[in-house]
Amino acid sequence: MSVTSSDDAVHHSIGSRASLLAAFGEFLPDDAILFETEDLHPYECDGLSAYRQLPMIVVLPRTVQEVQRVMRICHKYKTPVVARGTGTGLSGGALPLADGVVLSLAKLKSILDIDPVNRTARVQTGVRNLAISEAVKPYGLYYAPDPSSQIACTIGGNIAENSGGVHCLKYGLTVHNVLRLQVVTVEGDLITVGCEALDAPGYDLLALMIGSEGMLGVVVEVTVKLLPIPERAQVVLAAFDDVEKAGTAVGEIIAAGIIPAGLEMMDGPAIQAAEDFVHAGYPTDASAILLCEVDGSNQEVSEHILAVRELLKRCGATQVRTAADELERLRFWQGRKSAFPAVGRISPDYYCMDGTIPRRRLPEVLKRTAELSKEYGLPVANVFHAGDGNMHPLILYNANNPGELERTEELGGRILELCVAVGGTITGEHGVGIEKINQMCVQFQPDELEQFRAVKRAFDPDELLNPGKGVPTPRRCSEYRTLGQHSHAQNEAPAP
Amino acid sequence: MNMEQSLQERVIIAAADHTPLNISAGNTKAFLGRTPQGEPLDVSGHRGILSYEPKELVITARCGTPLREIEAALAEKGQMLPFEPPLFGNDATLGGTIAAGLSGPRRPYAGSARDFVLGARVLNGKGEVLRFGGEVMKNVAGYDVSRLMTGAMGTLGVLLDISLKVLPIPACELTLVSSSDTPSAINRFNELAAKPIPVSAAACDGERAYIRLSGAQTAVDAASKLLGGDLLEEGDAFWQRRIREQGHAFFEGNTPLWRLSVPPGAPGVSFQRKCLIDWGGALRWVRSDKEADEIFRSLAEIGGHATLFRGGDREGRIYQPLPGPLMTIHKRLKRAFDPQGLFNPGRLYAEL
Repeated sequence: MSVTSSDDAVHHSIGSRASLLAAFGEFLPDDAILFETEDLHPYECDGLSAYRQLPMIVVLPRTVQEVQRVMRICHKYKTPVVARGTGTGLSGGALPLADGVVLSLAKLKSILDIDPVNRTARVQTGVRNLAISEAVKPYGLYYAPDPSSQIACTIGGNIAENSGGVHCLKYGLTVHNVLRLQVVTVEGDLITVGCEALDAPGYDLLALMIGSEGMLGVVVEVTVKLLPIPERAQVVLAAFDDVEKAGTAVGEIIAAGIIPAGLEMMDGPAIQAAEDFVHAGYPTDASAILLCEVDGSNQEVSEHILAVRELLKRCGATQVRTAADELERLRFWQGRKSAFPAVGRISPDYYCMDGTIPRRRLPEVLKRTAELSKEYGLPVANVFHAGDGNMHPLILYNANNPGELERTEELGGRILELCVAVGGTITGEHGVGIEKINQMCVQFQPDELEQFRAVKRAFDPDELLNPGKGVPTPRRCSEYRTLGQHSHAQNEAPAP
Repeated sequence: MNMEQSLQERVIIAAADHTPLNISAGNTKAFLGRTPQGEPLDVSGHRGILSYEPKELVITARCGTPLREIEAALAEKGQMLPFEPPLFGNDATLGGTIAAGLSGPRRPYAGSARDFVLGARVLNGKGEVLRFGGEVMKNVAGYDVSRLMTGAMGTLGVLLDISLKVLPIPACELTLVSSSDTPSAINRFNELAAKPIPVSAAACDGERAYIRLSGAQTAVDAASKLLGGDLLEEGDAFWQRRIREQGHAFFEGNTPLWRLSVPPGAPGVSFQRKCLIDWGGALRWVRSDKEADEIFRSLAEIGGHATLFRGGDREGRIYQPLPGPLMTIHKRLKRAFDPQGLFNPGRLYAEL
């Protein structure tokens, strides 16, 4: 597995390890500065463990002021910095650099203020996503974005990736649910982005900062918007003997004026794996299942559930089941939420993709994915946020078989390029990181990538913040395009 | 009509000549921001809906497309722009709407203009046509430049085509009105917003509180019983004409009109004798002759910000001043998109 190639590495006049350690030692205790190899190992990768790299130093500041001092030192010595939460990211966004510092924000984990009147919570960057909803539950409120990793992932990481979850169609992504950030700049200044009001003066830096993968600044504090917990949520499970029919049903529900809180699809292999794992009660003979959750007031939910059931039957569902009680509702969801680990049980390794497509192109994308799966001899299970078009094909492979990881990556790349070709994107919610950096060259033209680089330089002129991630260099793209012309000569992969 | 090429040529020539450009179309929002400067760059001819897929909840149109045309196309399929943008005239266009970034009464409950922007094609100050975002709901490839453009008052580039997420028009809507002074209306609006009640707008003119409910018929009926108050006939007209389009008597006269964006539960500020409240308390309109700096200071104290919306000194400070490090980033960003400062110079801040 190749990590950041030397071509991509920004050449810094790097401060020596010794002088950095001495500078950090002036204000951080010994256990907050890690530099021995065995101490660095836990930081060598994030959730995309196929990519590993030991950093030079890991620091664990305890306060915002300490984060500022770390940034000032790294800025002075022109040392690259990779900020990190709990490392659950799936695109290698927190992959360290050999000549860089990992800035762990794990110790900034206080909930600073809950404001039930204005429905906001002000939290430090290392607070876990789910911990926010747990803390505000007594007020009948919750924080809407719920990525699958919400038990472990931090709000700071959610900001970096603009995380979603299964409720995005109705409740939006992180960018729709955050009001204000405190950000430490590359120079060590503390700036406020956004406002406690619903909008802020000047450019919408909040939108720019969210999803910027730690490349524009270090987020240290977040004010999130809270929503009232819906009075009731109910889920319908529908089985189909044909994936296309399930896809049509999704469009019909939306055309009927219903915006479900969650609308998820799984294909045969994913259904089988999930059922074997958690016994959610899924029909294992189905080619696809849809889970459609509606929430809101009691009356509204009843009205919409009836309408959804009718629509699903009309679209050819072979089975339509409404969860009988809360336990069954949670069981239906448990199957979906355990899909990744369930696939992990039946295959030594799996690789999760994250493309988004216009929903109407689903049948052809699934068909073409199946063909590619056959071509590469690697099984693919599909889990799909059907409501918002975000696909998670899981490629099953065995890293111990020589060359299989490389083939898997190539297949993954082909699937992402297919998403771009049908008018979609290479990443819906996991981020580009290091993983999809080549596919950025397919989705964007050279001028567009140069504009991204100019945006980065506006925040980080020396390119010290998470360099080598997110936006590829022109050289990487020209190499990738040359490579693509050889290996993809026989297929319809889109011309970049 | 596609005028992309001629617009691009104009920008390339302007870049060569260092000619500042004033991007305009319907001129319905010419009053906003600081006084427009530069040679007019009329984009109104670049118009037309490029694609509309009701089942995908996405519409894409050129910047000069009249907003009325977009609203009509959506309404035909039972859908709407959920952020209820104000038009301020029949000639309002999509480009101006997104560049101004204004949102109407539904904003606190549904989201703002920028929340619904999915993607844009943009002409930057070098005359390059660039595409950011797309037509899908979830997209984290690259920085979110299309949302950055929203509300930038055209200072970062010419928006050519814009893709927006749309939503179904609620099955049922009604408006309840009751007597209320401002402080109790603010309390009530915030209490309601913390409960699972289908409120979609809440305003108060100092004498009466107005609450709009939206959703399934049964849900609206149940909430309406719970809330009480009188049913307002022509509730739609109230929200659209009086509040969104500022037809309410409060907006008459020549005293400078200030737009105060505040945390929804914030108490009143000292200089506002009379105010009109929208956005469930988060947006407050006041008339005041006070010094701009004094108003900016009092808003900063309560965690909000002020805009001199109409009247007053249009050459002076219109928007809440930014702290130094933040202004530095603004200036660098402006240069990153528009190195020569061609687009709408000084419209947002004198420095940009």
